Amino acid sequence: MSALGNKTAIRIAILALAIVAPFALPAFQVELTFLWIMIVFALSWDIMGGQAGYNSFGNIAFFGIGVYAAAILQIGLFHDVAAYTAAAGGETLTLTPPQYFIGLFAGLAAAPVLAIAAAVVLGVALLGLRGHYFAIATLGLGIAAGELAAGWAWLGGSSGVQVPVYPGSLASQRLLFYFLSAALGIATFTILRRLYATRFGLVLNAIRDDEDKAEALGLRTTRYKIVAWCIAAGFLGLAGGLMGHIIGFIDPREVAFAGATFGVWMVLMAILGGKGTIWGPVIGAAIFHVTRELFWTYLFGWQNVALGLLIIVVVVFFPTGLLGWVRQRYPKLFALNLAASPADRARP
Amino acid sequence: MTDLLNVDAVTKRFGGIVANNRVSLAVTEGSIVGLIGPNGSGKTTLFNSIAGTHAIDEGSIRFEGREISTLRVPEIARLGLVRTFQQTRVFRLMSCLENMLVSVPQQDASLAVMIARPTAEARGRAGELLEFVGLASKRDLPAGSLSFGQQKLLEFAMALMNEPRLLLLDEPTAGINPTLINGLVDRLKRARDHLGITLLVIEHNMRVVMNLAEHIYCLAHGEILAEGRPAEIQSDPRVVAAYLGAS
Repeated sequence: MSALGNKTAIRIAILALAIVAPFALPAFQVELTFLWIMIVFALSWDIMGGQAGYNSFGNIAFFGIGVYAAAILQIGLFHDVAAYTAAAGGETLTLTPPQYFIGLFAGLAAAPVLAIAAAVVLGVALLGLRGHYFAIATLGLGIAAGELAAGWAWLGGSSGVQVPVYPGSLASQRLLFYFLSAALGIATFTILRRLYATRFGLVLNAIRDDEDKAEALGLRTTRYKIVAWCIAAGFLGLAGGLMGHIIGFIDPREVAFAGATFGVWMVLMAILGGKGTIWGPVIGAAIFHVTRELFWTYLFGWQNVALGLLIIVVVVFFPTGLLGWVRQRYPKLFALNLAASPADRARP
Repeated sequence: MTDLLNVDAVTKRFGGIVANNRVSLAVTEGSIVGLIGPNGSGKTTLFNSIAGTHAIDEGSIRFEGREISTLRVPEIARLGLVRTFQQTRVFRLMSCLENMLVSVPQQDASLAVMIARPTAEARGRAGELLEFVGLASKRDLPAGSLSFGQQKLLEFAMALMNEPRLLLLDEPTAGINPTLINGLVDRLKRARDHLGITLLVIEHNMRVVMNLAEHIYCLAHGEILAEGRPAEIQSDPRVVAAYLGAS
């Protein structure tokens, strides 16, 4: 009874924090919005990287597709895209509030659809590959996608796309995208936590532990991997759709297909917190985001060096992530979870 | 008497080495067949050929009359032909119970099946089978924390959970505590008698294979050297010579 009560209390507390935070810390609204997106990054990377043991370095491609899909659809519904994005001084575009919001939500609906479609195509092509070969094959995905976008004049080429201006005050825009990001973060967490308790979660873990054995039991491993990648792509597509509006400007290489920043960070955050767990990526994202901001503020000029050192320290001393380290150090804290295996907790 | 598995003149080469040379054997439905032979005689290669791990060079392998030598491992497994591994393979970070639950027979992988939680029926059966192999008390421990012998038992239970028609067991008693071997032989027989699973067993322990199998094939240098009932094999001078290295 108390365990159940505790869980509900924790959920309500997190929800309350999420709602109160932007009002309590108005100066940090944008940072908090970013934090939710970071949590989505880490959680969605962990589906393949942690649960299935398939390290992907190309997930940023799905994010970038979402960024472009959402913005271009919002523009394209009410305007000629090529004329708007023309490098020779595009036309200005002022959307009325109804136009803006119809476009926004149409874009946010299209973003995950396109990202998932890309994941199906890439998954069929690449997920016959095992482990390291898959990881290597995904290395170029983000870069290739970035170059494609930068070379596609209709999408604004390398000068990018200006996202339509929000028809309201800056304060209300920030709040809107904070709450959309928070909703996405919470939805990602909740959906994944439930999914991991199903057959899907079991098979992904089986693939991680021994894919040959999984095949010898007749499991359709490739299909599960493709579905897993599609789920990651869906969440990343949505995150991308939001990110375009949060930043306000889409640069093909620095925002949409930002492999060197977001693309690497999503891997780091999941590993930092503890991959293959549901809370690990969340904790990793929170710690990483705060640490990174502190480095940028107090160690400016050396921020990337400090970040690199942090990564080395984590990989060398906490190879199982912070959550894994705590679990090994203080197994008693997790004794309850040990007694009831994940499959048991899944019991309705 | 119908043959569940029919291996006909199968040849498998690795470069210049002929691992299996025109090997033929048949497994009758409901029987327990033993496969013996000195180390390196090609027993595991034959298992790999049957289970679809690698393509064969010549010959044919039929399961219930259907040619399976061109199918891949998971397809063959879904037909009901499942194998265990000599070097035990379990899902090390998952609990024993999860190992069992993931092993339920998988014919369909629609989205609805993927997002279904393990049924109460599957849980019940997983518990029974863990009980059957004597691992009930380990159900929530990670499979990787079990001893080698216990992992073998778990792998056997997982294979049973998969409800195969034919089970290929690669050295099921290797590494198992001698005092537990009799119990395991008994369980293998019960799997056949009560669950109707036909068994093809590679085994080095002569006492085990003579007790267990009704028909035995002996491989040597990649060829079938002898076949027959256990008593016949035991007294066959060629088999004795192959094992003692006289030939």
